[in-house]
Amino acid sequence: MYDGGKIILGIVIFLAIVTFPFYSNMGKAVTKPDPKLDTPEIKKLTEKKCVETKDFMRAEHMKLLNQWRDFVVRDGNRLYANAEGKLYQMSLQNTCMKCHSNKKKFCDECHKFADVNPYCWDCHLQPKESES
Amino acid sequence: MSINRREFLRIAGLSIAGIGLSATNPIFRDSTEAIQVSQMPEALKAKRWAMVIDIRKFRTEEDYKRVIEACHSIHNVPDFGNPKDEIKWIWTEDYEHAFPGQENPYLPESLKHKLFVLLCNHCENPPCVRVCPTKATFKRPDGITMQDMHRCIGCRFCMAACPYGARSFNYRNPRPFIKDPNPEYPSRMIGVVEKCTFCTERLDKGLMPACVEKSNGAMIFGDLDDPNSEVRKVLSKNYSIRRKQELGTRPVVFYIIGGDENAG
Repeated sequence: MYDGGKIILGIVIFLAIVTFPFYSNMGKAVTKPDPKLDTPEIKKLTEKKCVETKDFMRAEHMKLLNQWRDFVVRDGNRLYANAEGKLYQMSLQNTCMKCHSNKKKFCDECHKFADVNPYCWDCHLQPKESES
Repeated sequence: MSINRREFLRIAGLSIAGIGLSATNPIFRDSTEAIQVSQMPEALKAKRWAMVIDIRKFRTEEDYKRVIEACHSIHNVPDFGNPKDEIKWIWTEDYEHAFPGQENPYLPESLKHKLFVLLCNHCENPPCVRVCPTKATFKRPDGITMQDMHRCIGCRFCMAACPYGARSFNYRNPRPFIKDPNPEYPSRMIGVVEKCTFCTERLDKGLMPACVEKSNGAMIFGDLDDPNSEVRKVLSKNYSIRRKQELGTRPVVFYIIGGDENAG
């Protein structure tokens, strides 16, 4: 093999770089995201129910929000009837965040963990939170 | 194992039928399908929203300020304090600049210096909608030229197309320049174009536009297609003009000017 030493050295360096994320994170415990639902607004509710079921919201909230956006902005339809037929105003600022007033512990907690950066808050105003 | 043509066609046919059937299978269905949405029952409806601005009723500086402030404060319009970056949904201009081509040197002195309230004309033939490459700005069935900020890419074609200067671009992040943010309404971000929306968010909740509400009757809002609406009544009794009609954009913001009596 011509230049065997150089090739093997190259392969070793390549593998070292490619596997860097794995061994650099080995043994480190990753803290699980822990979104909080304990806002004063939610505590006051007698029936603690979101617009749709918890499982649905967990899996599909991004789709739901995208659809709400189009219904409201493009069609001027502002009322949403959920699976039970209950009516809600479709609004991130005036419906979602009225209960989930803890953006940091509710939205950011998982979004940071999953490294997703939704651009909602570039325009939409987040509720005022006390630094804690 | 080899299959003959007949065998192949039979299997292919069955497979296609199978795919067709499985489309009704819940695992293929979008879980957010078949949702029920509706307008609010109290929403104001019209075939063709329009506005009449009776400029005779704007007498003091306060009259203008009250209307502009009402709009800009609820819509989180920033104030950069410099005319180059200015964002405006509703603003004032003198006769010569509001109605170019219609000025003449012998107008009443009072009219020459009168300020006119200007806003998006919600044209029936809007050039901004035609040029928008992403359909971020579009025409609602009720005639409102609406902006979808989620789609705006900031190309500013609409600003070049609009003959009324009704559109403003966010050259800078507007957030720090909003004096007292209204938590019920979003702001905008750097790099999008914004303008008056005839307060769609208020109409949908059964409220009149903010400027109309605060104008003490100087601005009238209603359905142009309804002969009994207030705008039509006012228009049938007064001589009114529109901005740059000759361009064929068919604006629906009408101005009642009056003569010398508007001096004041």
